[in-house]
Amino acid sequence: MAKIIEVKNVSKHFGEVKAVENISFSVDTGKIFAFLGPNGAGKTTTIKMLTTLLPPSHGEIKLNNFDVVTHPDETRHSFGIVFQDPSLDTELTAYENMQFHAVLYNVKASVYKPRIEELLRLVDLWDRKDSLVKEFSGGMKRRLEIARGLLHHPKVLFLDEPTLGLDPQTRNHIWSYIKNLNQKEKLTVFFTTHYMEEADRVADMVSIIDHGKIIESGTPMELKKKTNTENLEDAFLALTGHEVREESSSAKDGMRQARAMWTGNKR
Amino acid sequence: MSTIYILWLRQLKRYIRSKQRIFASLAQPLLFLFAFGYGFGPVFAKAGGGNYMNFLAPGIIAMTIMFTAVFSGIEVIWDKQFGFLKETMVAPVSRFNIMFGRTLGGATVSFVQGISVSIITFFFGLRSSLSGIILAFIFMFLLALFFAAFGTAMASKLDDMQGFPLIQNFIVMPLFFLSGALFPVTGLPKVFSYIVKLNPLTYAIDGIRGSLTGVHTFSLGLDFVILISITLICIYIGAQLFKRIQA
Repeated sequence: MAKIIEVKNVSKHFGEVKAVENISFSVDTGKIFAFLGPNGAGKTTTIKMLTTLLPPSHGEIKLNNFDVVTHPDETRHSFGIVFQDPSLDTELTAYENMQFHAVLYNVKASVYKPRIEELLRLVDLWDRKDSLVKEFSGGMKRRLEIARGLLHHPKVLFLDEPTLGLDPQTRNHIWSYIKNLNQKEKLTVFFTTHYMEEADRVADMVSIIDHGKIIESGTPMELKKKTNTENLEDAFLALTGHEVREESSSAKDGMRQARAMWTGNKR
Repeated sequence: MSTIYILWLRQLKRYIRSKQRIFASLAQPLLFLFAFGYGFGPVFAKAGGGNYMNFLAPGIIAMTIMFTAVFSGIEVIWDKQFGFLKETMVAPVSRFNIMFGRTLGGATVSFVQGISVSIITFFFGLRSSLSGIILAFIFMFLLALFFAAFGTAMASKLDDMQGFPLIQNFIVMPLFFLSGALFPVTGLPKVFSYIVKLNPLTYAIDGIRGSLTGVHTFSLGLDFVILISITLICIYIGAQLFKRIQA
C-alpha cells in the first residue's frame, strides 16, 4: 500500500518544552486516518509541521512524496486543510472566498469556475454563493471550508476538529460529505476530534498521541481488542488515563472571546 | 502577480463594504480641520504665517493616510488570530507576495481615504492647480505605502491586539505631533528640530504641502528620495519578518 504521509523520528521543541518527541507514523493513500489525543498532547503541533506552518526540530516528513521542509510549495499544492478555528473572510461572499483560494493556488479561471460550482453544489451552498460569510451558521461555514479545502484537487485533506461545536445533524451531514469525497476522489483524510464515537465510526486507522509521543496505532477494532474495551472512548481512556489536562491559555483564547463579543459570532 | 492582485482586491472589497468605518474615519480629520483650522487661524495670521487652513489641510490629509495605513497593517493581527492568515500561509505563494499584496491593498485604501479628506479640505478653502494635485497624489500614495508596510511589519511581530495601544500612543501619535503637520518646522528649538527631521512623516507632509500650496521647507526632490527609500526598506524588512511568522 502506497504511503501518502510518512513521518520519521520527528521532534518539535520550543525551548525546554518538548511538544512532540520522536514520533513516527504513516498514512496509507486513500484512507481515513484519525489522529487522537488529549488537549496539549501535540496534535496541533504535528498538523502544523505536516502542513509547512512549523519546521520540525528533528526528523523527516514526507507528504505526497515531497519533503515538507525542502519542498514547501509542492507540499502545499498536495493538501487542503480545514483549521480548528474558522479561517474564512467573513466580509467576503462564499464565492469570493472560493475564488481567493483558487487564485492563491494558481488554478486557472477556466478550471476553477466549474470546480467551484461543483463543490458548492456538493456541500449545498450553491444557492448561497453570493451571501456574505458573516451571515452563515457554524455548520455552513464548516461546509464552505471543506469545499474550499478541496478546490485545488489535493491528495490529502486535513481536518482539525471539523465538527467541534456542531449539532449531531450537521455533524452527520459533514461526515457523509467527507466519506463520499474519500470514495469519489480517492482522497486521503487526516482528522482530529474529541468525539471518539465519531472516530470509531469513520476512521480506517487511528493513532493516539499523548505527551508528545505516539502511544498506540491501529484500526479502531484493534485498539478496542488490545485494551479489552467496548468502545473507542474507553480504549482511549485506558490508554491515556483519566487525568484532566491543562491546556495553557494563550493570547488566542482572549482574542476568541473578544471577537465573539465584537461580532456576536457564536463559533 | 495574480496572487498580489487577489490580496489587494480583498482589502478593497472589505473597505468598500465597511461603510460605517469609512464615515467614522472621516470624523476625526473633520474635527481637526474645524477646531485647529479656525481655532489657531487668527493667531497664525497675526504671526505672519499666512492662511493657517491652507497650511493645516495637507497635514490633516497626511494624518488620515498615516492612521488608516498603520491600522490596515495592524489588521494582520486579526487575520493571524482568526485563521485567515493561515489560509494564505498554507498556500503555495511566496511570503513576499503575501506581505506585498496586503501592504498594497492597505495602501490603496488609505490613499482613497486621503483623497476623500482632500475633497473635504476643498470645502475648507484649499485650492491647488491640477499639476499640484497630481504631484500631491504621488506623495500621498508613497506615504500610504510606507505606513501600510510599517504596520504590517509591526503586526508580524505581535500576537494580539494588546500591543495596539502601545503602537498608537508611542509611535503613531508622536509621529503625528512631531512632524510639522500642525506647525512649521523652521525656527524650532534645536533638539526638537532634530527629532522632527528624523521623522519620515515630516517629509511626506512637506511634499504634499509643497505640491498643493507651494509652501515647503525641504526640496520636493529630497522629500521624494527620502520617502521612497524608507518605503523600500520597510517593505524589505516586512517581507523578511513575514517569512518568520509561524501562523
